[in-house]
Amino acid sequence: MKTTQILIAGFGGQGILFAGKFLAYKGLLEGKQISWLPSYGPEMRGGTASCSVIISDTPVGSPIVSKPDVLVAMNLPSLDKYEDSVVPGGVIFVDSTLIERKVNRTDVTVYYVPSTQLASDNNLGNLANMIMMGKLMDVNGDYNEDGIHAALGKVISARHADMQAVNLKALEIGKNN
Amino acid sequence: MVVFEKPKSLADVPLHYCPGCTHGIIHRLVAEVIDELGIEGKTIGVAPVGCSVMAYDYFNCDMVEAAHGRAPAVATGLKRSDPENHIVFTYQGDGDLASIGMAETVHSAARNENITVIFVNNAIYGMTGGQMAPTSLPGQVTQTSPYGRDTDHCGFPIKVCEMLSQLDGPEYLERVSVNNVKNIKAAKKAIKKAFENQINGKGFSLVEVVSTCPTNWGLTPVKALEWLEEKMLPYYPLGVYKDRSAQKEGE
Amino acid sequence: MADKVLMKGNEAIAEAAIMAGCRHYFGYPITPQTEIAAYMAKRMPKIGGVFLQAESEIAAINMVYGVSSTGKRVMTSSSSPGVSRKSEGISYMAGADLPALIVNVQRGGPGLGGIQPSQSDYFQATRGSGHGDYHLIVLAPSSVQEMADLTIKGFDLGDKYRMPVMLLADGTMGQMMEPVSFDNVETKEYDKSWAVTGTKCERKHNIINSLYLKPEELEKENFARFERYKVIEANEAMYQEYKMDDAEICVVAFGIAARVAQNAIDAAREEGIKVGMIRPITLWPFPKAPMLAATDKVHTFISVEMSMGQMIEDIKLATECRRPVELCNRVGGMIPTPDEVLDSIRAAAQKGGNK
Repeated sequence: MKTTQILIAGFGGQGILFAGKFLAYKGLLEGKQISWLPSYGPEMRGGTASCSVIISDTPVGSPIVSKPDVLVAMNLPSLDKYEDSVVPGGVIFVDSTLIERKVNRTDVTVYYVPSTQLASDNNLGNLANMIMMGKLMDVNGDYNEDGIHAALGKVISARHADMQAVNLKALEIGKNN
Repeated sequence: MVVFEKPKSLADVPLHYCPGCTHGIIHRLVAEVIDELGIEGKTIGVAPVGCSVMAYDYFNCDMVEAAHGRAPAVATGLKRSDPENHIVFTYQGDGDLASIGMAETVHSAARNENITVIFVNNAIYGMTGGQMAPTSLPGQVTQTSPYGRDTDHCGFPIKVCEMLSQLDGPEYLERVSVNNVKNIKAAKKAIKKAFENQINGKGFSLVEVVSTCPTNWGLTPVKALEWLEEKMLPYYPLGVYKDRSAQKEGE
Repeated sequence: MADKVLMKGNEAIAEAAIMAGCRHYFGYPITPQTEIAAYMAKRMPKIGGVFLQAESEIAAINMVYGVSSTGKRVMTSSSSPGVSRKSEGISYMAGADLPALIVNVQRGGPGLGGIQPSQSDYFQATRGSGHGDYHLIVLAPSSVQEMADLTIKGFDLGDKYRMPVMLLADGTMGQMMEPVSFDNVETKEYDKSWAVTGTKCERKHNIINSLYLKPEELEKENFARFERYKVIEANEAMYQEYKMDDAEICVVAFGIAARVAQNAIDAAREEGIKVGMIRPITLWPFPKAPMLAATDKVHTFISVEMSMGQMIEDIKLATECRRPVELCNRVGGMIPTPDEVLDSIRAAAQKGGNK
């Protein structure tokens, strides 16, 4: 019986909600109980955006992640705001392109991924979010091609099917980094 | 041979209107038009809040009583429920249509909502006992403008047809009166056209009827008709303010 | 399983309404429920329905009044300040015995308030919202699936009892995504011979009206309506019990607050505290019977709500004040954390019902 509470946070426009939706759909397709909750309001347009995702073997209680097992920090304000809320023994993923400082906590595992730089180096536009998701799945040990394909199929509309390949590439770069 | 009978669309009940009030004439014109067009069975009327609040008892067609000012919104729902089979009209006074319900009036006109609006303008709130209306004339004495409507203090009357004619939306706007036989005939023609427009899918048609309120004006019925002619008609000139289809034909 | 899709609560409401046969939607934009309007704007034209953005919430509810008068299923949605504006029309619908589904995705108040989730329209919803003696059936979902299910049920209840029904959600419920399925959607047909659809010259004219100038008549109408309300109170109260079998403390919470409370109850149970929850699903009629019954074994009730303490009054009435009722609340758009609720539970356990 396992419940993973994930908080993804960054600027509006970094694809925070999309990344969360991808994880949620992947969990759903793998038979998990899931919930996805975005921050909403004017801050979505350029301010901070965050997204709570819960993936669980049992029905999800509160959909609000206040003590994340996993924090994905895509910018400095997000790390500043949420670092202390991560449970002891939890995991923090840091976009080290945009966040220069190190994580202060010593009771968590930290992965520094220069995802914004990697996205730019690989012509992947603003897919730093998916590079981060690739890394996250790899660390969690649930990076599986079938699940990823299926989940991408759900979150990318048929109209933008050509986006599948670039998203896959971003996930792979994340996994291999 | 029958030379005079009550229109079928008018219920056989005594109306509650005051002696000399022109609501009775306007009710009759609407009912005659419904009869003549043979639409009694598909017509749904919307009664307002004001003197004609109980119009739902007077018209023989299906009727809905609306909240104050909301008749055009209610009519929008009634019409859009089944546009092919519902003929929908509202019957509203000046307080209802031009004060509290102005937003609904303007927006249903802007949408060219395919409904017929009968707007009775008697320049006063009748039902509540003679208060200043959005169409009360400058200087007009009412219960809430006891020293005469002071335009510096409470502004000017609203000329509904003129105002709505600035919108691209509405199909047909005409101001008529029922102060004499000639004008009554013209009023009926306008009301008929407003219903025909709806039947032909042309859209929002409003007929403003300049009317009397002898009781609250404090005049006899005859004096009230004179006051209407001398005071109201110069401020509210009769005529067609918009007729889009006619305009198109003319181009 | 394959049929489950991820949907925002707001979208689930919209889709469920369509499945329930609703083909008319009128609304005005307001955060945090605008997804409902957006969904309807996209779908309605494709299925022969009508989506119309009204000039105000006031116009929207009166368009709803118009369609409902013709006997068709119709809905509107808004958030707190917008529901205040609709309240006049809701009162008229109650007075004219017209069904409709009105969705309130609540945000903080009073006034313009904020845009974050709240439950502070509890009084407004359960006490009728507008002027005069009337009730709405008030449904309070606590999951996206329930938002869909209760939307469908709401249409049925409204038609069955000829009255407006309110779906009372909040910003979190509206924005969250969870799996939802629309299997086995069944709706019933109800007699609507009262509707105005044109007499076809075949019957006496129907009148939709809430005006009764003779007080004797208006009183009679009110009495008759409240007789119907008694039937609803006897038959339609819905609730869910959670770990109540051996509970000595009873949390009462609805909507998103119930989800938070569930985490706190699980944590308290791990500490050996015997705590459970009664989650009202209908806020009116309020599930009084299970709460009164619980007073036999429970020493303290805790009302967890995102308001200054509104539902707590109904709990006290339901339990006839036999046990203390504590309040655990956050307001203004704040949501209580599981830890805050847990603290309340611990405090109640320590006091053991002693004042």
